[in-house]
Amino acid sequence: MLAFTLRRAIQAIGVMLAVGIISFSMFRFAGDPVNQIVSLDTSAAEREAVRKSLGLDDPVVMQFARYFGNAAQFKFGVSYQFRQPVSSLLAERMPATLELAICATIFAMVFGILMGVYSALKRDTALAKIFQAVSLIGISLPTFLIGILLIYLFSVTLGWLPSFGRGEVVRVGWWTTGLLTLSGLKALILPSITLGLFQLTLIMRLVRAEMLEVLRTDYIRFARARGLTTRAIHFGHALKNTLVPVITVAGLQFGSVIAFAIITETVFQWPGMGLLFVQAVQNVDIPIMAAYLLMVSLIFVTINLVVDILYTVVDPRLRSTLRRPA
Amino acid sequence: MSLRQSLLAAATVTMLGFAVAPASAQTLRYANQGDLKSLDPYTLNESTTHAHLGQVYEGLIARDKDLKIIPGLAERWETPEPTRWRFHLRKGVKFQNGDPFTADDVVFSADRARAKGSNVQARIAADVKVVKVDDNTVDFILTSPNPILHYQWDTWYIMDKKWAEANNATAPTPAAATTPSFASLNANGTGAFTVESHQPGVKTVFKANPNWWRKPEHNLKEIVFTPIGSDATRVAALLSGEVDIMEPVPTQDIGRVDSTPTTQVMKGPELRTIFLGMDQARDELLYSNIKGKNPFKDIKVREAFFKAIDIELIKTRVMRGLSTPSALMIAPQLFPLSKDFTRPKFDPDGAKKLLTEAGYPDGFQVTMDCPNDRYVNDATICQAVVGMLARIGVKVDLLAQPKAQYFAKILKPGGYQSSFYLLGWTPGTSDSHNVLYDIMGCRDDPKSSRGEANVAGYCNKKMDEITDKVLVEPDPAKRDQLIKEAFEIAAKDYAYIPLHQQALAWGVSKKLKVVQRADNQVLPYWMVKEP
Repeated sequence: MLAFTLRRAIQAIGVMLAVGIISFSMFRFAGDPVNQIVSLDTSAAEREAVRKSLGLDDPVVMQFARYFGNAAQFKFGVSYQFRQPVSSLLAERMPATLELAICATIFAMVFGILMGVYSALKRDTALAKIFQAVSLIGISLPTFLIGILLIYLFSVTLGWLPSFGRGEVVRVGWWTTGLLTLSGLKALILPSITLGLFQLTLIMRLVRAEMLEVLRTDYIRFARARGLTTRAIHFGHALKNTLVPVITVAGLQFGSVIAFAIITETVFQWPGMGLLFVQAVQNVDIPIMAAYLLMVSLIFVTINLVVDILYTVVDPRLRSTLRRPA
Repeated sequence: MSLRQSLLAAATVTMLGFAVAPASAQTLRYANQGDLKSLDPYTLNESTTHAHLGQVYEGLIARDKDLKIIPGLAERWETPEPTRWRFHLRKGVKFQNGDPFTADDVVFSADRARAKGSNVQARIAADVKVVKVDDNTVDFILTSPNPILHYQWDTWYIMDKKWAEANNATAPTPAAATTPSFASLNANGTGAFTVESHQPGVKTVFKANPNWWRKPEHNLKEIVFTPIGSDATRVAALLSGEVDIMEPVPTQDIGRVDSTPTTQVMKGPELRTIFLGMDQARDELLYSNIKGKNPFKDIKVREAFFKAIDIELIKTRVMRGLSTPSALMIAPQLFPLSKDFTRPKFDPDGAKKLLTEAGYPDGFQVTMDCPNDRYVNDATICQAVVGMLARIGVKVDLLAQPKAQYFAKILKPGGYQSSFYLLGWTPGTSDSHNVLYDIMGCRDDPKSSRGEANVAGYCNKKMDEITDKVLVEPDPAKRDQLIKEAFEIAAKDYAYIPLHQQALAWGVSKKLKVVQRADNQVLPYWMVKEP
């Protein structure tokens, strides 16, 4: 078990190095950071001085080595645009992104399961067909469009919900939360729906398919034959058995919810890490871009590692193959 | 103090607090596409940043609602000799932390603005001596006369020497700071507002300064600034009443904002001139099918390009009326004699004939560089130009890129890699000399900064001579004549193709009274908001 975890951890480091190398080689196509730092009429000599002070005149290999040397010690440098340490910028923005991601996931799970169960049990009703149609929209419409549509409906036309930002936030230690104020909660609704809609459709379709599958199995038929109530059969037996794959998918998707929050955050001017990243790309702020990409790959790698380990815990067959020497 | 007493005291303080604030004091909510990145007034020489920091800091001079120079922190000034300027400072002005404003602060700010890492070094030339005469008088001693010495000083913000020294901020925060600096996260000026909190990229809150030396024309108690990068979100925020003012309004949304009963678009000419440049420096163009020679070296080809462009069509179709076609490389507000110039008429047949005379009866092929996220409808303008040039037989391959890549390619550090491009320019000094020197000056001397933004490599020695005379001519009328002479040379040479000044478009709630200045500075200290 320990050997397995270690091996996976080493693989994870390899993955992160690869992400670092790929992103570093791409930064050269993002443009010249110096141009974004200084104004248009800055003299060439001044530009050269800026370039030198940032170490941008060194060969790429050296820049890469220096960056990873520092990153290994958790030093991510100072943002070109904000002149603040990248680590503190990310830490400041992380609560916003995590709160959004968690709310979106909860929204997707709750409504996805409810709608999935309903459309499996009452396949032919009008409501079930509407759910199916909605799920198609959720899968096919791009996130930014859904966000804009929601803004125009609920903010501009009806005036119920705010169109941008996090509302009032409360500081709890180093964490800032929008969950404790009314304006903060209101501000969470539209972005959470926008971000969670894709997951919702995914979960709903998964639950529906699994549910239909389970309802056909023998033990459900036996349960019916024993005269259990429909309610007990559907929710006590059928739903429980569909949840294992749902939880796996939702867990794995959590990483992409965080990573894809970029678009939702841009549309709603949500002050999270995704927005920071988009601003960094526009301004060729390499320290932020590099740190963000590394962090996202770390999240993905960690989630996958945990899932792998959990599988071996859950499934004894995997464990036995592991114990045998290769 | 007993509990009762302290409660009483607290209640009194609260009531006093209410009494001090005017009954109608309002909160202004303001959104801009761009961000306020650093609070250090010497980090970035850019107009949006200057506008933000102009709420907190002030210069020796100020500019009024029509951009005319008026006294600021200096009550008055005179030039006893052409090379010596004397500024009399306003008495009794205090910085927001309570420090008095004195001549020492001016001398300190002059040194700091010119120190290494400052982006506003051009505000005062390095050879100008700044001398304190007494606590309220400062002399600026020049090596040669400069009639526009103080033109840019409305945005040379005066900082508090004592405050800077106490907080280890005597050196300017360089644009490429590798360590965070105090002055980039805190501010202490003499201006109308103080910075209450600043979270870069998220939100900045300003509070009205009760001790401001001017009588406030605004009725605001607070400004909440949020950068909103996404166009659609910024428009939605205005329409839903969550912000009172935002800038810019995307051209396609102007109708929508205007047709909403609670909002309107304030339009006006801007100072930035959008123009096309043609590489005249290289012997062979980098991106063209003509080898061995450079067609743009032929004045007839440049004239043909100029005459092939239907500027009215660009104005009506691309800019939806929101542009002022320009005959000059400078906005008319900045040069009084610009009315003497007119654009050569749109004449595609004449252009075709000129091309034939130049030896290109079937036209030629050239690549055009264009930004797609820098100016209003920049890439669309380029597409229109491509179509217009196709009519005279010139095949243009358009390369439209985000500004990050675009500027890296075409500016000096990228080696001026462009054959044909679109660029916008606002003279930082609000004066023609900057245009003549930076964009039209010969760039053949590698040691001089002349012509650093002259991507086209246009060069005319006669023009350079006049430019140098413009710099030292003290008489305004004679100076304008010299400038006119220089612009006439540029027009005759078809050095550049000026297109237009784009229009400002601010989205404003109808509750808000706003002064719109042509330099696109959103200035809350002139805003009045109805409750």
